Amino acid sequence: MSITPPEQKVWFNEPVEKTEVIWVLIALTWALIMFAMMPLWHLKGTQNMSNEAYRIQPDVYQARVDAFVEKFKVGEEGHAKTPVVRPPAGSDVYMMARLWEWYPVLELEKGKSYRLHLSSLDWQHGFSVQPANINLQVHPGIDEVVTITPTDSGDFGIICNEYCGIGHHTMLGKIRVVAGK
Amino acid sequence: MVAKPIFRTCGFTGLKIHDEAEKLIKINAVTAIVVLAVGGLFGLLVALTRWPTVHLLPADLFYLALTAHGIDILIVWCIFFEVALMYFASAILLQSRLATPKMGWVAYALMVLGAGITNWKVLEGNSSVMMTSYVPMQADPLFYVGLILFAVGALIACFIFLGTLVVAKAEKTYEGSIPLVTFGALTACIIAIYTISSGAIILIPTFLWSVGLISHIDPLMYKVVWWGMGHSSQQINVAAHIAVWYAIAAILFGAKPLSEKVSRCAYLTYIFFLQIASAHHLLVEPGLSSAFKIFNTSYGMYLAVLGSMIHGLTVPGCIEAAQRKKGFNNGLFEWLRKAPWGNPIFSGMFLSLILFGFLGGISGVTMGVEQINIMIHNTIYVPGHFHATVAAGTTLAFMAITYFLVPVLFGRELILPGLAKLQPYLFGLGMGVFSLFMMGAGTLGVSRRHWDMAFSDAPHAFAHAPAAFLMMGIVGVAACVAVVGGALFVLVIVGSVLFGKPVVHAPAAPAPAPSPVASYGNAEHVAVPGTFALALLFLTVFVLYYFVNWKYLASTWIMS
Repeated sequence: MSITPPEQKVWFNEPVEKTEVIWVLIALTWALIMFAMMPLWHLKGTQNMSNEAYRIQPDVYQARVDAFVEKFKVGEEGHAKTPVVRPPAGSDVYMMARLWEWYPVLELEKGKSYRLHLSSLDWQHGFSVQPANINLQVHPGIDEVVTITPTDSGDFGIICNEYCGIGHHTMLGKIRVVAGK
Repeated sequence: MVAKPIFRTCGFTGLKIHDEAEKLIKINAVTAIVVLAVGGLFGLLVALTRWPTVHLLPADLFYLALTAHGIDILIVWCIFFEVALMYFASAILLQSRLATPKMGWVAYALMVLGAGITNWKVLEGNSSVMMTSYVPMQADPLFYVGLILFAVGALIACFIFLGTLVVAKAEKTYEGSIPLVTFGALTACIIAIYTISSGAIILIPTFLWSVGLISHIDPLMYKVVWWGMGHSSQQINVAAHIAVWYAIAAILFGAKPLSEKVSRCAYLTYIFFLQIASAHHLLVEPGLSSAFKIFNTSYGMYLAVLGSMIHGLTVPGCIEAAQRKKGFNNGLFEWLRKAPWGNPIFSGMFLSLILFGFLGGISGVTMGVEQINIMIHNTIYVPGHFHATVAAGTTLAFMAITYFLVPVLFGRELILPGLAKLQPYLFGLGMGVFSLFMMGAGTLGVSRRHWDMAFSDAPHAFAHAPAAFLMMGIVGVAACVAVVGGALFVLVIVGSVLFGKPVVHAPAAPAPAPSPVASYGNAEHVAVPGTFALALLFLTVFVLYYFVNWKYLASTWIMS
């Protein structure tokens, strides 16, 4: 029994049940298929994690975001008067996290690619684009660059999904995706 | 100096029980159950707040309750119970004395003190930093001190377990290799030592940082090392509750492992590969390469998943073999139909096995894929997964073995047997539905650790799909069912220990001599077609669910 010592002195020499051998082989095959899927998706799939990230001081990041907002600002939105920014397709765009806001509102074109920079000025935050359901971790001190191409138009909420204190639930930003011309 | 160890013979099992070991097992298990009750109450408050139409607590108390629930259940309850299990699997199963029982009391005192300090600081309201306590968010220095003391206590308990193995070997209380269940406990112990070291490496500097002696902790480095503790601590649970499955199969059915070799090698895969599992918490983290993520994702080429899939066959397989030998041979499933479904030891164990495998296992492996994790990270899918593994899997298995331990160690009959019979179903099925609908809501983008999914007071507007609100309502109802199940467990066990009728034994049978190791061959090679059919069903569900998620991923925004 499992609660008494094995019957053979060296358990490794005990005979193996046939069903087990078959199952181990099936399970191993499945494990190998799953393992292969990740590198394959990097080659063939279109949703992959970026490998681009840089160390950055929060104040340097904030200066870049401010310059970006100033250059492409087209309006304001929401009761916090968050600037709405419409950058040209293909450019570097910035999203900044801090307690408790996402800054600024981005207006992107459907089907166009953007180099999205993400960083935090204070604590860790979670960048969750809904309902597209893209969820990335945002760190202070790291400038993460992800190339994104929105495939649907409409208003998308950016929820913070990494707990960041009492105002966490009010940390809601926006990305607006407009249909191309 | 050293008092001569005192033993009694258990009238129930015929096992030789060391008096000091028994006391320590009792106190650790009872403390675990008290913590389960406290942590479960916090869990109820959390669930009633996330149920949108109830939305019970204000934000600050919600985060406080969530922190307390996470620490008390995921760490304190599980580890106290595992310490009891380690002592049981060494001293009792090997019929040996426990090494250094005095240190056992020191370990216990440290763990109680540590858990108490951490809870005190959380309840004070200035340490609502979640179980993960990610820097640079900071808790009270004593919050970290409490966790460190608890870990030191647990570490001492691990070494007492190892010491007992040495004592048993030296004093020849058994022959040959240690039993499979003890082997499983040893696996848990080895993982625990790794885990606690990882926790110490990160929590000690974090404590120094919280008192101002270190100026900066890198958040990314914190996370990498913290998860060496965070996820591995859950692998202690897995190794321990699988040992419990094997133990219950042996206790109730007299089941032998199909083959010792396969089951033990499956445990070895945990020791070799599970530790690097931790990286799957970092799949959408900036600054770590995809190569690092893919290698580590799901435990270095899924070899530990392989281990779990093997246990998924061998545990029900050994029960099937034992049942078939007793004559339950009709069709594929007579052995299972005629199993003692009214006995909470069995029903708890088997529900734990099914729910852990189908809900916890499949969801865990799927979200451990680098790319699929983009859709799941930090959504409420994640707690859906780990409630299926830790609550429906580990906790239910621990509950099941407790029904066995109360008559054996406390010598008491269970009170309220009718409620005890119902309890695993309420708790297990409640938790199953709870986990499933959390996963559903997470797939619709609902966040974890979030007070208000309606985002009142936010500067912009966003509304989740109505289905997400409905699912979170179902989660709330299912949580209440599970809490009733949990409360019944506490009631029955505490009631039995205090007021149960003393068990009247037939004159105790002499302890069975530890089986001789000379006999040849073990598995009776009874075919187990029913278990194999269940395993194939499991695989089919797994494959379908896995590829459905890839399909879903392919429909979201393009990113690289």
